[in-house]
Amino acid sequence: MKVTEKDVAYVADLANLELTGEERRGMLRDLNSILDYIDLLNELDTSDVPPMAQVSDRYGANESKQGSERFAYASREDVLEGLRKSLPHEDALANASDADEQFFRVPKVIER
Amino acid sequence: MDLTSLTIDAARSAIQERQTTALALAEAHYARIQKEDGAIGAFLTLSKERALEQADRIDRIAAEGKPLPALAGVPVGIKDVMSTRGVRTTAGSKILEKYIPPYDCTAVARMEAAGAMVLGKLNCDEFAMGSSNENSAYHPVRNPRDLNRVPGGSSGGSAAAVAAGMAVATLGSDTGGSIRQPASFCGVVGLMPTYGRVSRYGLIAFASSLDHIGPLTKTVKDAATVLRTIAGRDPMDSTSADVPVPDFVAELNKPIRGLRLGVAKEYFAEGLDDEVRQAVESAIDKLKGLGCEIVPVSLPHTPYAIPTYYLIATAEASSNLARYDGVRYSHRARGAKTLAEMYRRSRDEGFGAEVKRRIMLGTYALSAGYYDAYYLKAQKVRTLLTRDFDEAFGKVDAIVTPTSPTAAFRLGEKTNDPLAMYLADIYTVTADLAGIPGISIPCGETKETLPIGLQILGKHFGESTILRVAQMYAQS
Repeated sequence: MKVTEKDVAYVADLANLELTGEERRGMLRDLNSILDYIDLLNELDTSDVPPMAQVSDRYGANESKQGSERFAYASREDVLEGLRKSLPHEDALANASDADEQFFRVPKVIER
Repeated sequence: MDLTSLTIDAARSAIQERQTTALALAEAHYARIQKEDGAIGAFLTLSKERALEQADRIDRIAAEGKPLPALAGVPVGIKDVMSTRGVRTTAGSKILEKYIPPYDCTAVARMEAAGAMVLGKLNCDEFAMGSSNENSAYHPVRNPRDLNRVPGGSSGGSAAAVAAGMAVATLGSDTGGSIRQPASFCGVVGLMPTYGRVSRYGLIAFASSLDHIGPLTKTVKDAATVLRTIAGRDPMDSTSADVPVPDFVAELNKPIRGLRLGVAKEYFAEGLDDEVRQAVESAIDKLKGLGCEIVPVSLPHTPYAIPTYYLIATAEASSNLARYDGVRYSHRARGAKTLAEMYRRSRDEGFGAEVKRRIMLGTYALSAGYYDAYYLKAQKVRTLLTRDFDEAFGKVDAIVTPTSPTAAFRLGEKTNDPLAMYLADIYTVTADLAGIPGISIPCGETKETLPIGLQILGKHFGESTILRVAQMYAQS
């Protein structure tokens, strides 16, 4: 077994999930079964293969350029409201479950 | 005239020629939804006010005798992962049950600018994670061809709505097969464009290096019409490509004689249902008869696609879904004493089992000590999978495969075995990983009259070619 109960607790913590006891047991079983299957990848020698993070680096607008220069079209001037107006305050807060007129409200972060 | 059986062009011309009105079309489709959707469950939210306003706009243009835009008066549905200003957008999740987006997804805005009427938002697997639509936090969608079967997923509502005549066209999203596989299960056309062809601005992110928006339609021509409408560079999405958009509709009728079509043995291996194999093989024979040259190709890394996909997609998802923290727009648990407790309990209450499973897998694959063994390894195999296609497309213009190894399965058949469910995407995920376009079109039925799908894969930005092949096949 690759993943232990301790791992499940640790990863749930990283992912900001609590999970019930039953969910943790299910996760232990499912993650191990999926990771066993994923082991298939170890059949491949990839020591000389570069990783591919995204597809866009295969169609840069300017093929003669290298690296990020190829994506010049994807960047813009860093100016305020460069693409569109910012959302009005009211609209940006409208979906929050707790907000005043200015801010999102959350439970206390710092104990004194 | 049966208003719910029209194609895009037929609907638009009928309005232009004053044989009907956009209002009548909208009402006929709402009536159909009222009658059929109780059993199917394709819609999550209706946006009647918005649709009728658009109908009014179109009818006024028609009354003035002015030319109508390409999608004028076309009743469409939008998968509920695309933001619609003022219309609830849930991503099929309880965590966004009350979310009303303050802006429109670019693809939706372009559809409406071309005259489409948005009837409502379509059910899907939660955050587009699933292959059967059974992961919707609201209710499953049932396949209109057999209500005991799944419609496929994750764009199950999008496929079912078209199949049941509740919308002329819909938008879906495809991260591992989520447009093509449900199109195949429901007997409609589903097109995943090249990565970067269509802006994802306003699409609720699942796995950003894999997410695509595309159409589900009754005909190949309709798919070309919708793609032409939504494609092209959008400054709001830095991954949308600055590549010219051809007139996909005009290019449909170019001859296909002499095109080289690849057939990869890896897509006809163990696990492929016999009836599906026979239907796809006879489709390939038919394409040969239409003048295409059939060329054997090899995509040797195909067996590694599913494990690669489930590492990359879940890793990206674990990061993308971190934003649902109960602060700005998602569900917030009541009574938490601290911020950390509020985050956890909100996410625990808001996310369903499959979403939690994928967040856990993705977080694990990215965590210290496992990154190289899992995430980096998967990125390297992604390179190998992409090279397979590069090599094959050196010899052929398109590749034909089955869309899915089986026809639609029964509800509940795979829900207890996540791995078995993942394998339903075995023929579709590789195209997402490589970023190439693919289309699924109907190519026959099983003995139980369930639809079978033929998948045609193309080169990057080669949608015209796969649409032409699909069109010729469908017309012959």
